[in-house]
Amino acid sequence: MDEIWDGVVAAFRLIVTLDPDLVEITLRSLQVSLTALLIACSIALPLGTWLAIRRFRYRRAVIATLNALMGLPPVVVGLIVYLLLSRAGPFGVLGLLFTPAAMIIAQVIIITPLIASITHQAMRELWAEYHDLLISLHTSKGQRVKTLLWDGRRTLLTASLAGFGRGIGEVGAIMIVGGNIEHATRVLTTAIALETGKGDFALALGLGFILIGLALAINFAIHAVSRTEREGRW
Amino acid sequence: MVSEMSLRLSNAHVLRRQKRILGPVSLDLASEGFTIVLGPNGSGKTTLLKVMHGVERLSSGEIAWSVPDDIAREAQAYVFQTPVMLRRTVAQNLAYPLQLQSLSRTEITTRVVECAKRIGLADALERPAPRLSGGEKQKLALGRALIREPRVLFLDEPCANLDGRATREIEGLLRDAHAHGTRIIMATHDLGQARRLATDVLFLLGGQIHEQSPASDFFRRPVTSEASAFLQGDIVE
Repeated sequence: MDEIWDGVVAAFRLIVTLDPDLVEITLRSLQVSLTALLIACSIALPLGTWLAIRRFRYRRAVIATLNALMGLPPVVVGLIVYLLLSRAGPFGVLGLLFTPAAMIIAQVIIITPLIASITHQAMRELWAEYHDLLISLHTSKGQRVKTLLWDGRRTLLTASLAGFGRGIGEVGAIMIVGGNIEHATRVLTTAIALETGKGDFALALGLGFILIGLALAINFAIHAVSRTEREGRW
Repeated sequence: MVSEMSLRLSNAHVLRRQKRILGPVSLDLASEGFTIVLGPNGSGKTTLLKVMHGVERLSSGEIAWSVPDDIAREAQAYVFQTPVMLRRTVAQNLAYPLQLQSLSRTEITTRVVECAKRIGLADALERPAPRLSGGEKQKLALGRALIREPRVLFLDEPCANLDGRATREIEGLLRDAHAHGTRIIMATHDLGQARRLATDVLFLLGGQIHEQSPASDFFRRPVTSEASAFLQGDIVE
């Protein structure tokens, strides 16, 4: 119990004093996870919707694969991205290893299947509801995807937040590809892992509380901006 | 609006899992009139409407409009038995077909307001469409179909689950649209409604047309025994 209390105190102290290191790693955490979320959403939302409305030969196999990829082990993703970006790897020339860009790539790979899969589930139901109308209005495939994305935006917000939650709380992959380098690639989760390893549980817990607070704040902010509960009346 | 738009179906068949749903059907529909497609449940009314509207494919046979396909497609609208409401406001539902045509925002707003007045939903423009009553939803679906001023309007039992007042309002809107030059083809099994609205009747049974005649002839002197039995309220299959 003492350690938890010490963690709360440490978190409070870090926030109140606006500890420069804390601010830096918090901003980096946000930068990496929000960028990854943006990229993943731009791929996963249209992909999930397209899978819901399009019929093709290996559709079921693609959906099953996508669902299976939701449980992709981050450490394995980290290892593969590491090998691809290392000097000897095919993309080594880009010099991205141990940079925030590498961490973003790893997070995109981890969260894209999750967002796409939830999107597919939600859009499948909406498509069943809209199918006859949109076909009868002779809409193009692009117009159908656009309509479904817009009308299903609240569910898609949930999918995106699930992706963000997984991204910002992820440690295995970004530790491997980012290297947890101070003032370069250290983020909240890797800092927690480091402090735990050093035995400074109070600081680790303090950072943990900040991480949870940050995730909650982002969720609340997005819900407030998108007026989920006020207009969630469909 | 396209002035003349007639339709010809030649030896049309629709099969699903080797089962014949419709056909053989051959018919000519003139570019004017209020055609009621009558028949018991499962007689193929909905399939026939969907085939004519182009949302159901023929297994064999031909369908041809007197105008090119792209013009024919743009000149039609369809109202479903269960109205499909976009998860948007009434105004946004009415605006949707116009947005697909990339009209200007000003024109869309003007036409939406006019249409809402016409269908009696002027006070409900900002209400969420899925929260409307059954009659209001069907009026909105009809308004959304009419807002593009279609030359041909298909309706699949639009008053099936509505009470008398809502049915009267829908029928009023249909009469008005017909009077303004819209060709209407509507499926129903409500004989009273057919008598009130039809200029001609298609009687379907077992996926085939048993009778096609002017409404006055059909209701006074049906040719086939099945049509006669149907008019007398007997169960026909």
